Amino acid sequence: MTEAAAMNAPEAKSTNTSSAQPEAMAWDSKSRRFVLLYLPLACFVIILLFPFYWMTVTAFKPNAELYDFAQHNPFWISSPTLDHIRLLLFETAYPKWLMTTMLVSVCSTVLSLFASTLAAYAIQRLRFKGSQYVGLAIYLAYLVPPSILFIPLATMVFQLGLFDTPFALILTYPTFLIPFCTWLLIGYFKSIPFELEECALIDGATRLQILWQITLPLAVPGLISAGIFSFTLSWNEFIYALAFIQSSENKTVPVAILTELVTGDVYQWGALMAGSLLGSLPVAIFYSFFVDYYVSSLTGAVKE
Amino acid sequence: MSATTAAPTWTKMRPKQGALSRLFDWKPFLAFVCLLPAVGLLMTFLTYPLGLGVWLAFTDTTIGRSGIFVGLENFIWLADDPIFWNAVFYSVFYTGVATIGKFALGLWLALLLNQHLPMKSLLRAIILLPWIVPTVLSAIAFWWIYDPQFSIISYVFVDVLGWRDTNIDFINTAWPARWSLIAANIWRGIPFVAISLLAGLQTISPSLYEAALLDGASAWQRFRYITFPMLLPILAIVMTFSIIFTFTDFQLVYAITRGGPVNSTHLLATLAFQRGIPGGQLGEGAAIAVSMIPFLVFATLFSYFGLARRKWQQGEGND
Repeated sequence: MTEAAAMNAPEAKSTNTSSAQPEAMAWDSKSRRFVLLYLPLACFVIILLFPFYWMTVTAFKPNAELYDFAQHNPFWISSPTLDHIRLLLFETAYPKWLMTTMLVSVCSTVLSLFASTLAAYAIQRLRFKGSQYVGLAIYLAYLVPPSILFIPLATMVFQLGLFDTPFALILTYPTFLIPFCTWLLIGYFKSIPFELEECALIDGATRLQILWQITLPLAVPGLISAGIFSFTLSWNEFIYALAFIQSSENKTVPVAILTELVTGDVYQWGALMAGSLLGSLPVAIFYSFFVDYYVSSLTGAVKE
Repeated sequence: MSATTAAPTWTKMRPKQGALSRLFDWKPFLAFVCLLPAVGLLMTFLTYPLGLGVWLAFTDTTIGRSGIFVGLENFIWLADDPIFWNAVFYSVFYTGVATIGKFALGLWLALLLNQHLPMKSLLRAIILLPWIVPTVLSAIAFWWIYDPQFSIISYVFVDVLGWRDTNIDFINTAWPARWSLIAANIWRGIPFVAISLLAGLQTISPSLYEAALLDGASAWQRFRYITFPMLLPILAIVMTFSIIFTFTDFQLVYAITRGGPVNSTHLLATLAFQRGIPGGQLGEGAAIAVSMIPFLVFATLFSYFGLARRKWQQGEGND
């Protein structure tokens, strides 16, 4: 009881001050906000960003500094060097890997966008009998993970004669891109007023004209979201690229770094980190331009 | 009189359609054509391989030789294989612990981000970064962080803080390696969970909190009786996805430990890869991959129905 009374005294004071400004809640005092909000938030941000910082620092450190924590503070670079980047760009096939990855990502993104726009339009706008079941089936296809499919796909790719070519990846990546994009675009088409299409129909437009001239221009933000999402997903894909590609020059960046740069027992950590950094940069830059689309597509797809 | 004569002239005004354009205006045909690319691609490269994978699991196919039907032999062989059972155990353990960690921390982060903050959109962009960057590349960074000799974490604990005398062993013995991989997975999973749940939090009407405050509800009560139930539908979907993609995870483990030390950190996916592609035993690899399916179906049903059930209990319609 006495404890409660003692607690009450400062409580009463704080309620007095807060009654002056009714908007502020009792717990909204500055120090408390610091401990409960900014401190944990800072911890989250530091932990989430630390591996990238460490990657960057390692990529620009000379080897002498890299393996000697006693002489040099490991958190900082005393004499930055571009040696690792030079090694990567001029003594490995890194530029070629980047080009392959770019080619594969762009082609599979375009292919999936084309297929899923038509599919989403058919499911959402043409509303034929059983269209919602087709939509459900495509949604379920997203839940089939690549780890289950890569072995049978490897045998198929081999029989089709696509093994070790970029086509193996361009044709298989849509298996996880199309379900996602279709799902996203169905949601997007839903938000476009149907009346616009009805008006066009009355004016004598054909359905393909409506799709091309009315619906698609209105769905551009949705198409951008689906596009960047597909691009990042195909850039990051690993297991198919690991299983279907054998020769060094056809590898994508994530696979090539892990299989070509890791040689022998002594790891070239500087070059590895430089490779990871350069491999992450294109998606990171791409993402930073479209971050709002990205977040809205991520959350929009989850909400659907 | 004039109205009846006007009608035919009006129909003539319509542009004449060719047979082809009429065909494309015919709804069933148009729907078929529109669905063809997507459904065709998915059928060829998703449904067919799924069936083929199940078939391969019952054959003794190796690379370069199409196998014959051997019945349950692959599965019987796997049932006696301690490495397979270890992979099953670690897959379940990895999924369980990582999912709990991701959702606890992700929900916390989402609640923090839901407050009034300066530079909110920049913060959101930064937080999503671990999720954008290719998993293998961030896994390589973790591999370097977990290095036995030059680990930065060891450096902090041994040289800066002086709490330990020896370097921390991250990935060279079984249990530390298991926990290290789970930590890396949680690190990678937090952003997705946090941003998705944040979107869910932002749809909750502030008037509910105002009403609760008027009724004298404590912060915990507001979380327990408003935030949590309102968040459940979205939580169910995000969790279903998270469980499926954690259980079938491949990249992190393959990049950091390749299933080692002594096969202790194999997930089913990495074991299937190791046996199937470099090992050449496609049939056995397919059997391991197929054995993931029951777990996936169970996890999906559990998380989806266990959590989504609440939706109609709240009296919300299906949207």
